[in-house]
Amino acid sequence: MTISADHAAQQHAQQAAQQNPASDAVSKFGITVEDYMLPARHQIQMVGPDGTLNPHTEQGTQPGHEYSLPSEAELLAAYEQLVVGRRVNDQNSALVRQGRMAVYPSSHGQEACQVAAALCLAEGDWLFPTYRDSVAVMARGVDPVQTMTLFRGDWHGGYDPAKNKVGIQCTPLTTQLLHGVGVAHAAKLRGEDTVVLAMCGDGATSEGDFHEALNFAAVFHLPVVFFVQNNQYAISVPLAHQSVAPSLAHKAVGYGMAGERVDGNDIVALLAVLGRAVKLAREGSGPLLVEAHTYRMQAHTNADDATRYRQDSEVAEWVAKDPLSRMQTYLTDRGLLDDDRAARIAEKAEAVATQLREGLSEEVPVEPQDLFKYVFSTPTPQLKEQSAMLADELARDAASTAAASTATEAGK
Amino acid sequence: MSPSITTSSEANGNVSAATARAAAKAAVEAEKTGPQTITLAKALNTAMADAMHADPSVLVFGEDVGMLGGVFRITDGLTKTFGTSRCFDTPLAESGIVGMAVGMAMNGMRPVIEMQFDAFAYPAFEQIVSHVAKMHNRTKGAVKLPMVIRVPYAGGIGGVEHHCDSSEAYYAHTAGLKVFTPATVADGYRMLREAIDSDDPVMFMEPKKLYWSKDQVDLDALRAEHAANTERGTSSEGRAAVARPGTDATLIAYGPSVPTALAAAAAAAEEGRSLEVIDVRSIVPFDDETVCASVRKTGRAVVIAEAHGFASVASEIVARVQERCFHHLAAPIRRVTGFDVPYPAPKLEHYYLPGVDRILDAVDDLQWED
Ligand SMILES: Cc1ncc(C[n+]2csc(CCOP(=O)(O)OP(=O)(O)O)c2C)c(N)n1
Ligand SMILES: [Mg+2]
Repeated sequence: MTISADHAAQQHAQQAAQQNPASDAVSKFGITVEDYMLPARHQIQMVGPDGTLNPHTEQGTQPGHEYSLPSEAELLAAYEQLVVGRRVNDQNSALVRQGRMAVYPSSHGQEACQVAAALCLAEGDWLFPTYRDSVAVMARGVDPVQTMTLFRGDWHGGYDPAKNKVGIQCTPLTTQLLHGVGVAHAAKLRGEDTVVLAMCGDGATSEGDFHEALNFAAVFHLPVVFFVQNNQYAISVPLAHQSVAPSLAHKAVGYGMAGERVDGNDIVALLAVLGRAVKLAREGSGPLLVEAHTYRMQAHTNADDATRYRQDSEVAEWVAKDPLSRMQTYLTDRGLLDDDRAARIAEKAEAVATQLREGLSEEVPVEPQDLFKYVFSTPTPQLKEQSAMLADELARDAASTAAASTATEAGK
Repeated sequence: MSPSITTSSEANGNVSAATARAAAKAAVEAEKTGPQTITLAKALNTAMADAMHADPSVLVFGEDVGMLGGVFRITDGLTKTFGTSRCFDTPLAESGIVGMAVGMAMNGMRPVIEMQFDAFAYPAFEQIVSHVAKMHNRTKGAVKLPMVIRVPYAGGIGGVEHHCDSSEAYYAHTAGLKVFTPATVADGYRMLREAIDSDDPVMFMEPKKLYWSKDQVDLDALRAEHAANTERGTSSEGRAAVARPGTDATLIAYGPSVPTALAAAAAAAEEGRSLEVIDVRSIVPFDDETVCASVRKTGRAVVIAEAHGFASVASEIVARVQERCFHHLAAPIRRVTGFDVPYPAPKLEHYYLPGVDRILDAVDDLQWED
């Protein structure tokens, strides 16, 4: 029960009416509320798995779901990032196998989602990623080695979120969505036109914070694009055990926001759908939810054994829908990608891989005193005491090691 | 939904002893064992399987506990043996898991639920603190919640953030929750059976770095011990154990710190100092008697725990022992705990964790010269 002064309540209601995204859509686009809010009857796809452009009539053509093809420049930039992203995923997985990283949740197979999430945003916008979204983080411009610090195990993060406007990669599921809502709210209060894109997985949509984030964004009418990568699994649990909604995109309707679903392995469609979602959000349509259908081609992390819960044949089906090969065929057929350009892109990808290999093979010394340095802006007296205790321990260790080696020398 | 489930929870007093005995016998026959080397993981797994055989109201659910057998494989094979209505995956929502368990426990079941990692139990904190802990009190005992919340906890495995928290103090501080933490393979079996038998809710804290530690145990003997205890109405619940006898000082530890304390005691023995190691086992209820008897005997004590020291279980133990043993103490009781900093990244964790040297330093400080 909310008790509010009548006057305030009325004002609020008026404001809400003015900002109702559905009525906005109806007046702006001349479509029905259902057309605006409900996802398209089928996921939006522009380029099929074999790399051919779908006939226009088969793309998003329902009222409110028409999308235009991204420009050549956008497509080429996206393809380059796709190639880099794949290389990054495979390089990182190799580094984990070699014991140079503690863990890596790979987005192998989901690179189209990763790249589109980063490219659809403008410089002043914010991205809120999960543990799986390292490729999106890098595609947004964050230094690759800094991105991997978390997974190498030196520190719980390696980059400054403010620099590229990328939140810390969050592991507690969907907690970052609310941070995204807050960033959007603050920007709105200051009159800035910032858009926030906040990411989560299919399994994560079951968490309470998912519900709270969507509702807050809708009630406060905030420019947030919620981007769900439905890769069919939450560790071992398939989507069917997670939700029996018609689609995850349909969940939007219950919050009063528009939902859309898109082929998550078709970067052309992703750029179109996310691009429009960001545009609408920036223009004041409130939050939107986009669900991308994709597939986690590898295990959850290196610590997981996916053969315990899924068939190789299922994986093979998705390999045939690979986001990279499809784009390569499409661009080659359009005459946009020749051997020369392909070689230049491969070189760029290799350069990033080299950067990762070199950056992560270095034994970066960790500083034990860092344990105490950043807990508060100013360390408490208790932390100073504990820091001195550790320093003393380490000094005594060093002294006894030195004494031992002097003794060995002397004994020679 | 499943006709195979009967709501014959012992909490409601209607499990027939004959049924229970027959089921227990079947469980024993299903797996013939003598003394053998098994892991803590296997002991926990066996405890759940035996409890499920013995009582059809025992259910296991959580994230990835079904077909996968849990990310630590503690529930391995339970779905296969007992079917998806007895061991199943839930949607990914911890508050949902705990809240649903409350309702199930109110309605005749004995849920044994898994939180995937310590820090991922936090979304369920409200259910645990506001309802699991309080239902019995609020209803003046009319509603019992015979449920077990299993939490793999603490560090030492090189895990990334949120996978290594020592969260026991939050639960121990909450009135109405029992808090158990086994440190040995045998206790893994023994204590989980007792937790499942408990008519009060139990936070069952499993030291994840010990999951793969091995020991020689005789599961049959443990089963017989459990059966005999059930018959007599006795148990090891709420009792600490002397993990290593000694005379000069007492090391008080629990869960993941017990092996560290034992290693420190072994090192001290080489230097001619005899340390007694107490394994607390049950944080709530706490065994003042065993702990204080040891400290009165030795006159010196160090409490060891991985969790941050400030406002911790270790602090509580120091306070209790000091109140009860003041006149027997030759020195102030020391604590060796994690620093008051967020659990560090893998490459820094060894600076944080209480180790043998830090324990021996604390022992050296116990005013031996006087
Ligand atoms: C609150 C919380 N509970 C449990 C976990 C453990 N966990 C990490 S990832 C994961 C699966 C998430 O699945 P999904 O949201 O589909 O994302 P995906 O890993 O497939 O990208 C789980 C259960 C967690 N990180 N946070
Ligand atoms: Mg998923």
